[in-house]
Amino acid sequence: MCLAVPGKIIQIYMRDTMRMCKADFGGITREACIETLPEAKEGDYIIVHAGFALNILSPEEAEATLQALEELSSLEEQIRSEDALS
Amino acid sequence: MRYTSEFRDKTLIQGILKEIRRTVSQRWVIMEICGGQTHAILRYGLDQLLPPEVELVHGPGCPVCVTPLELVDKAISIATLPEVIFTSYGDMLRVPGSSQDLFSARGAGAQVKVVYSPLDAVEIAKNNPDKQVVFFAIGFETTAPANVSSVLQAKALGIKNYSILSSMVRVPPAMHAILGAPHNRVQGFLAAGHVCTVMGYWEYPPIAEQYHVPITVTGFEPLDLLQGIYMTLQQLEAGQYQTQNAYTRAVTYEGNRSAQALITQTLEPCDRQWRGIGLIPMSGWKLREEYRDFDAEHRFRVSHIQTKESEVCISGLILQGIKKPNQCPAFRTLCTPENPLGATMVSSEGACSAYFRYSRDQEDIQDHATRSERF
Ligand code: SF4
Repeated sequence: MCLAVPGKIIQIYMRDTMRMCKADFGGITREACIETLPEAKEGDYIIVHAGFALNILSPEEAEATLQALEELSSLEEQIRSEDALS
Repeated sequence: MRYTSEFRDKTLIQGILKEIRRTVSQRWVIMEICGGQTHAILRYGLDQLLPPEVELVHGPGCPVCVTPLELVDKAISIATLPEVIFTSYGDMLRVPGSSQDLFSARGAGAQVKVVYSPLDAVEIAKNNPDKQVVFFAIGFETTAPANVSSVLQAKALGIKNYSILSSMVRVPPAMHAILGAPHNRVQGFLAAGHVCTVMGYWEYPPIAEQYHVPITVTGFEPLDLLQGIYMTLQQLEAGQYQTQNAYTRAVTYEGNRSAQALITQTLEPCDRQWRGIGLIPMSGWKLREEYRDFDAEHRFRVSHIQTKESEVCISGLILQGIKKPNQCPAFRTLCTPENPLGATMVSSEGACSAYFRYSRDQEDIQDHATRSERF
């Protein structure tokens, strides 16, 4: 139920009173309501649940997380090689 | 897909698992609140990759599972009224009521339609002006904005034949209930990432302080989950209890303020029964007075509901993290996804269905220590 999936906004429009968009979810296009994300623009990745966009995903934060995880892995290797030396 | 596959990288998973093993010095019990996380953990076998000292217990964050029996029965009675088209998220159809489920009510002639979004239910109301369209508005904070948007949309369009049966619930009161229970085992929480995309995590520091438990906002991919677990373990080992965010690409401290504003505009907190758990004070949301016309409980005065819960189902204990699904005597024998005795076996987020689907039988768990040494 609370599953939400990332999709890329390809088109923004109004439906009745709601600000809506078409978003691409890995090749499948679906409609999502972006009423609470006035700053959302085409090309942004949004996280969508029950046809409703919850938030815009931050590419910088995604990059920073992956970077930190990579450092963690290499830190581990570094310690292991130090262990092997001692 | 972007923001998905990168967070399933094998090398990085192995890296963080090694770090986790290095960090842990004693037994810890961590609860993931969200049922979506339970499924991801079992699907990727993370429970079996973690060192045996780390026990994950599964929380009540499955809205389908905690929707009270009385409301399921009410939904079925409303759905069987001849003037009603009853709409719902698909997961609710097979949830057992006292004597039947929505699916069998449909078989017996009730008009029950599955919708992907509540805005679709408003569309159905618009196209069927001679019918009463009711939407079963279940869900946590993740789903509340979508649910209430449908009410605002119906109001704006002057649609009078639309109402919602509200079973919306909030996470923080449930965390209080779990941590305050005398038999509580939970020492750290993975907070539900998608709830936090909407709500942020400003509600959690007081809980962490009060009960001395670290809380980490956590996402749904394997690396997200392991990072959440790692950050929680680091705090546990250091004797700290802060609220941290391991899902920064989707969650900010404040959350989506304009979605929160939609919620507070339309809903107010109320006491709510959680199926199998009981009443949790101020854990629910109901429509405010000015939206009363859109409240199905107000519109259809259904009374004489006599609830009767299955006698064997222990889903309440499972939802509180006290028991595991494979400790239920009915698991996989009397109770299966085709023939569910409890909602936790139905929902795609229910712990029982996850254990069934990813084969976590009793022997698998006992084998845990030997298994995790393999990696
Ligand atoms: S296995 Fe079935 S009967 Fe047992 S707790 Fe889960 S849902 Fe209830």
